[in-house]
Amino acid sequence: MVPEIGHFALILALCIAIVQAVVSIAGAQLGVKSWVAIAKPAAQAQLVFVVTAFGCLMYAFIQNDFSVTYVAMQSNSMLPTVYRISAIWGGHEGSMLLWVTFLAVWTGAVAMFSKNLPDDMVARVIGVMGLVSAGFYMFILFTSNPFDRLLPPAMDGRDLNPLLQDPGLVIHPPMLYMGYVGFSVAFSFAIAALLSGRLDAAWARWSRPWTTVAWMFLTMGIGLGSWWAYYELGWGGWWFWDPVENASFMPWLMGTALVHSLAVTEKRGSFKNWTVLLAIFAFSLSLLGTFLVRSGVLTSVHAFATDPERGVFILILLLITIGTSLALFAWRAPKVGMGGKFHLVSRETFLLANNVVLVVAAAAVLLGTLYPLLLDALGMGKISVGPPYFNAVFVPLMAPAVFLMAIGPITRWKQANVMDMVSRLKWAAAIAIIMAIVTPFAMGEWGLLRPLGFALSFWVASAVVITLVERVQKVKGPGNYFSKLVGLPNSFLGMCVAHFGVAVFVMGVTMVTSYEVEKDMRMEVGDTVTMGGYTFQFNGVSKVKGPNYNANRGHIKVTKGDDLVTNLYPEKREYLVQTMPMTEAAIDTGLFRDLYVSLGEPVSGGAWSVRVYYKPFVDWIWVGCFIMAFGGFLAISDRRYRLVSKKREEEELAQAGEGVQGATAHKVATSEK
Amino acid sequence: MSKNIRYLVPLIIFIVVAAFLYRGLSLNPREVPSPFINKPAPDFTLQKLENMGEQFSNKDMLGKVWLLNVWASWCVACRQEHPLLVQMRRRGEIPIYGLNYKDAPSQARQWLKQHGDPYEISVVDFQGNVGIDYGVYGVPETFIIDKRGIIRHKVIGPISTNILNECVMPLVKVLEQEDPQVTPTEYQRVEGCA
Amino acid sequence: MRLHLVIAVLSLVLGFNAIAVFAKEAQPLAADPQLEKRVNDIAKELRCLVCQNQTIADSHADLAIDLKNQVRDMVGSGKTQKEIVDYMVQRYGDFVRYRPPIKPTTYLLWAGPFILLVVGVVLLISNLRKRKLAIADTPLSADESERLKSLLSADVSTAGKNSGGEVKPS
Repeated sequence: MVPEIGHFALILALCIAIVQAVVSIAGAQLGVKSWVAIAKPAAQAQLVFVVTAFGCLMYAFIQNDFSVTYVAMQSNSMLPTVYRISAIWGGHEGSMLLWVTFLAVWTGAVAMFSKNLPDDMVARVIGVMGLVSAGFYMFILFTSNPFDRLLPPAMDGRDLNPLLQDPGLVIHPPMLYMGYVGFSVAFSFAIAALLSGRLDAAWARWSRPWTTVAWMFLTMGIGLGSWWAYYELGWGGWWFWDPVENASFMPWLMGTALVHSLAVTEKRGSFKNWTVLLAIFAFSLSLLGTFLVRSGVLTSVHAFATDPERGVFILILLLITIGTSLALFAWRAPKVGMGGKFHLVSRETFLLANNVVLVVAAAAVLLGTLYPLLLDALGMGKISVGPPYFNAVFVPLMAPAVFLMAIGPITRWKQANVMDMVSRLKWAAAIAIIMAIVTPFAMGEWGLLRPLGFALSFWVASAVVITLVERVQKVKGPGNYFSKLVGLPNSFLGMCVAHFGVAVFVMGVTMVTSYEVEKDMRMEVGDTVTMGGYTFQFNGVSKVKGPNYNANRGHIKVTKGDDLVTNLYPEKREYLVQTMPMTEAAIDTGLFRDLYVSLGEPVSGGAWSVRVYYKPFVDWIWVGCFIMAFGGFLAISDRRYRLVSKKREEEELAQAGEGVQGATAHKVATSEK
Repeated sequence: MSKNIRYLVPLIIFIVVAAFLYRGLSLNPREVPSPFINKPAPDFTLQKLENMGEQFSNKDMLGKVWLLNVWASWCVACRQEHPLLVQMRRRGEIPIYGLNYKDAPSQARQWLKQHGDPYEISVVDFQGNVGIDYGVYGVPETFIIDKRGIIRHKVIGPISTNILNECVMPLVKVLEQEDPQVTPTEYQRVEGCA
Repeated sequence: MRLHLVIAVLSLVLGFNAIAVFAKEAQPLAADPQLEKRVNDIAKELRCLVCQNQTIADSHADLAIDLKNQVRDMVGSGKTQKEIVDYMVQRYGDFVRYRPPIKPTTYLLWAGPFILLVVGVVLLISNLRKRKLAIADTPLSADESERLKSLLSADVSTAGKNSGGEVKPS
């Protein structure tokens, strides 16, 4: 009964989404107030129904209802409850349901938090989101219904893939999907602006916080995914350039470009076309990722069970959504004005240069990901594009972006003085150069890319500090340094924090790729191995029983000098239902290093093969991601997003609109001469 | 107007990419074509499965069109194509030679007894070295080799009736017509094998 | 290793009895760790053909292990990385390389990102130039510049002085 309720709720959600789309957009375009008024209640009703559907599926999982095909495929009665919940998004159908649920959540949030916006604008945004929702509801209902019944019911389920039975997988996909789907808001604002023909600075101000939130979720989602791969896959890597990882990384790069571009458009009214295009691209790449993961056109470790029929359906959705958007763009964009004036050396220029690099980086990832498909489709042979390619191409592309990152924030809007910038950044440059030499020296080993990595990391970090200090010094009035610092606007602090996160990330990557130590040992009971000043002693293997697996658990005592550091218990698990061996690494996490041990196979003479890693600064990679995400959080907690009264906002926007349009009119007049 | 064309560039790029994605739906990204097509079959000399004292070499087959079928008793997919191979042998249309890949000879012999023996001769590739030389990555695989010892096609995975009738047999007929003394300027191909 | 000895000596002298002191050093799994490192470096560039998307260094598939053994044999007999990769490509095609070869069909792949970067930068600069000229041609009227000024200062105040009060309307 419950699955049928869920199915029915999903059908109702589809119907509401169609109404929401058609009536809201038509109302806004034709100026019918009563139709426009439908938008918000429709969005809320749609949310209620899709959440109901999601709840029903969750109920089926918790109750082990193996008469539902999807539950029987993904779960098992022995599966611990928390994994029964995460099993909902462990497969294609359920993860699609999570996708549309989040889309409805975002739509509901837009309906709720946009009281200050003109009603017709909100109606257009909600309408566009309704269109996207409707497409994906149809996709679920026609090709991937998670509520399909299984007759006769299975005695027990086939179990969740053991790789996914992990706390990381409980939260990583929801974060990631919140990010993917969150770009639909910026997308819908862009389409709404194109539909209305009012592409002004106000539009950028409205979309900016939404974009930042989505970007924040995506950053955390990718960071968590990378962390999960690191401790769960058992070979200690943290990024594999797998097509599925790339599918999440491309929208992130584009979203990062968008966040910066929105800043220019909001503050200076410039490059509106470009920003709109980025908003369309960011969400399009999210959709493309969905297609790549689910259609089977690429091979990946993480891909879902694939089905060409689904591929065709998503491709049609892509064609309609992206194709229509880009056509709309081609139609409206030529009429958009240029906005405020600025000089070649100005913050605008640096932000745009950063945009160019980020977009090129995203394009490079796209090219590498799709190239095997392109060649194959043209009958020009089969190739593989893997980590060696991406590392070779991506590092030289991103290095300039990171370099520019330090300069942008200290550059004035409109026109900056090069000499002034040089004198302000000279200390950052000095620190970067010194640390690029000192760090490899201190770590005891040189290499080609290491100094570059350290230089960039310290360059950005010290530039952030300089930016902050200069700002604090400008604050007049009483109060000590710290209170002045805290008193700076959150959006500014957010930017500094996010940039600092990048410095931390670059530090982590450079350190761990340069100085990690890996040893494959044959260990008898009592044997020791030493690395990085730590002694690892193998104390044998014991059998343990988990809720749904049996395991061999090794015991490794780690000492430094005479001090006990920790006891590590790596496991080799055999899951009972899927009879799949799993390596569960044991990690001692530290601020400056991870000790990472994974248990291999028994080898001759009662010994075991044990792989031991010493990974300096590896956690800085994920800490860096979280600092970036926290920067995003700070930015959206800025006063201006909370306190600006409706009246004031309206006045301001009216003014901004006029001002920008005034400038625009002039511009158009001259360009037509 | 022409100035506004540039705003169409994103749309055009997208449509091109979408066309490729559509094409991609009907391709199998995991099927790797053999680089040996139209190249000489790598030489091997291996023990015969049924008589380990004797050896067989691919050079013994010069002048004949033949199939080299890679199989193993542990290979589940091999059971799918096996009845078809047995039928082919009964019809005697084309000699099939077996490369018993990474298998225990005793189990392999047992398996042939149980399921029937379609092979003129099977040879033992215990270590899988010849498999590597032939670029075998999935069992079963079947190489079609011409009179001059050139690999002309490789079937990856089990042979189906469809593949047999559309590709294998038509290609064999073409190869039978060829003169082994003449080096062809262009290798003939068969529609069904594309 | 040296640290280990120091500890051993120290704890003997001080009369400590730590187990670690008397335990023996574990042996590397591979007979020759240096060779193994080279094998791994090469194996990381080769794709496991039967896996979804893994290198033969990471995969535990039968064929991957065979190929890794093949790589080890070849490294052991003094073959260079290029010779080993060529050996694999000869048998399995370019598909086996995670680092695609540079040849006519992959020129676009390798050069594409850098061409895009150059094109992007050129477009950006030409765009900025054009833009500057176009806007410089239309000086704002006194009225407009007054309005722009008020607009910008309003923007600055509500934006929490985000631009650091650096805006100087020209």
